[in-house]
Amino acid sequence: MADEPTRRSSDQGRSVRAAIRRELAGDTPAPETPRQTREPAAPRAVVEVDNVSLAFDTPVLEDVSFHALDGETVAIVGESGTGKSTILKLILRLLVPDRGQVRIDGEDITSLTFDEALLVRQKMGMVFQGAALFDSMSVFENVAYPLREHTQMDDDEIETRVREKLEFVDLDADQVMEQFPAELSGGMRKRVGIARGMANNPEIMLYDEPTSGLDPLTTATITKLILKLQHELNVTSVVVSHDIRSVFRMASKVALLYDHHITFFGTPEEMTGSDNRYINDFLGGASA
Amino acid sequence: MPELLIRLNDAAKSRVLTLQEYFVLAGKSLRFIFARPFYAQDVVQQMDEIGVKSLGIVLLTGMFTGMVLALQSSVQLKTFGATIYIGNLVSASMIRELGPVLAGLMVAGRVGSGIAAQLGSMRVTEQIDALNTLGTDPIKKLVTPRVLAALVMLPVLTIINDFIGIIGGNIIASFVVGVPTTQYWRTVWTQIAADGFALRVIPNDFVQGLSKPFVFGALISITACYFGLGTTGGTEGVGQATTRTVVTSSILILIVDYFITQILLSVLTYGR
Repeated sequence: MADEPTRRSSDQGRSVRAAIRRELAGDTPAPETPRQTREPAAPRAVVEVDNVSLAFDTPVLEDVSFHALDGETVAIVGESGTGKSTILKLILRLLVPDRGQVRIDGEDITSLTFDEALLVRQKMGMVFQGAALFDSMSVFENVAYPLREHTQMDDDEIETRVREKLEFVDLDADQVMEQFPAELSGGMRKRVGIARGMANNPEIMLYDEPTSGLDPLTTATITKLILKLQHELNVTSVVVSHDIRSVFRMASKVALLYDHHITFFGTPEEMTGSDNRYINDFLGGASA
Repeated sequence: MPELLIRLNDAAKSRVLTLQEYFVLAGKSLRFIFARPFYAQDVVQQMDEIGVKSLGIVLLTGMFTGMVLALQSSVQLKTFGATIYIGNLVSASMIRELGPVLAGLMVAGRVGSGIAAQLGSMRVTEQIDALNTLGTDPIKKLVTPRVLAALVMLPVLTIINDFIGIIGGNIIASFVVGVPTTQYWRTVWTQIAADGFALRVIPNDFVQGLSKPFVFGALISITACYFGLGTTGGTEGVGQATTRTVVTSSILILIVDYFITQILLSVLTYGR
């Protein structure tokens, strides 16, 4: 961190941290407070990224390590182009690291075959930046897709589950089920994306920029949804986001990616309390 | 100089890698035809897309090709007083060459571009990644149904194209040149019989005319899926993938047509 760029003065960083602390203290309603660690007898790491390095033409990640315990929400933050979404692809085993391990429920997934990786992915639900709904399918077919693919549920059971998930994300099932993605607003598409991601009741949810491109009210709605998922279903989540305000609301821990490395991994309080200059600059910039 | 060699080396490696990826995709898509799960509904949907919806353009192409073929041949045959042989010329040309090649080119233009654009859009909007994360192999779900549908539907379209082309020739022969319809169809059959039979039953012309569209179907669908799935660079990339698909599959059809003809002419015994 010796050669990190200076973007904001330390004073500005301190005021930003103070503002974030105030927000952490006062703005988040009690039932949604995510950082209260549940009390598992022995918290187990559900997602572990261990000394992972990856390069394409140039290095993308170097010795990246962090973990998400059962029920935790880990947010990965950092500047654009630092490889945040790449980490999600590694967790999904869409990419294989050059070095290091990615473990899901203690199982190293880096050495799995393609077909074995498909099985591991069924434990996970993914919400894409642009929702990535199948535009040739209706909302119902989109949410039902993982159920039809991987379960023996009959049509009635599938419809019940789809309705349940759509209602969980605050959508009127009767109204949206037969609509196509092109007919939905950005916020609705994101919500359908979350419903599809959680249709199979995965134990891990991954979110790639879940609030990007949304207005502040819709952003708050999506953030609340993620919190609801975390509280009611105890899902372990990894969230990639630029939206530091949402991150601080939903994350149990934050991993800051800078210069191909994780430069900080800890709770939001530890992050705001840090004297690290880059963290201050990042928080100042993110809040500006 | 060494820099030039390095560039040539990189370019050669890139070409070899492209070929390797193409054949891996082809191998997987064909292998998945026999592997569970079967996406029967997708196959039927693609058959409709590739076959039924291409019917209009194929009918139009076949009809006018047959008509112009009869018209042109009549000019030459008239100089020898042999216009009654129009049926021979039209049937041999349509069944062996023009039927399969024109149906292939039409489908490459209409369907190949559609497949590349659809898969390309799915790639740039992360729908392919979504399939992967939902535990579905995109090749099995997207490529295999399209390849299977093209393998089935292109021969069907070719048969229709051949038949309509011969009817087009019949119209010109009867109404313009003055060859009676019965005489025309007799010469059509005479030509097919004269070209001999494979296994004593299947006309050699049919073997040639139906083996080609089978290969063309695979070429068009795999090429379109290859460029579609490999799309990068947003909507501009989708446009490029579409163009590459049409150009590459059209060129491949013409080149492969020559080699199939060469091979079949040496394997099949003509004129017996």
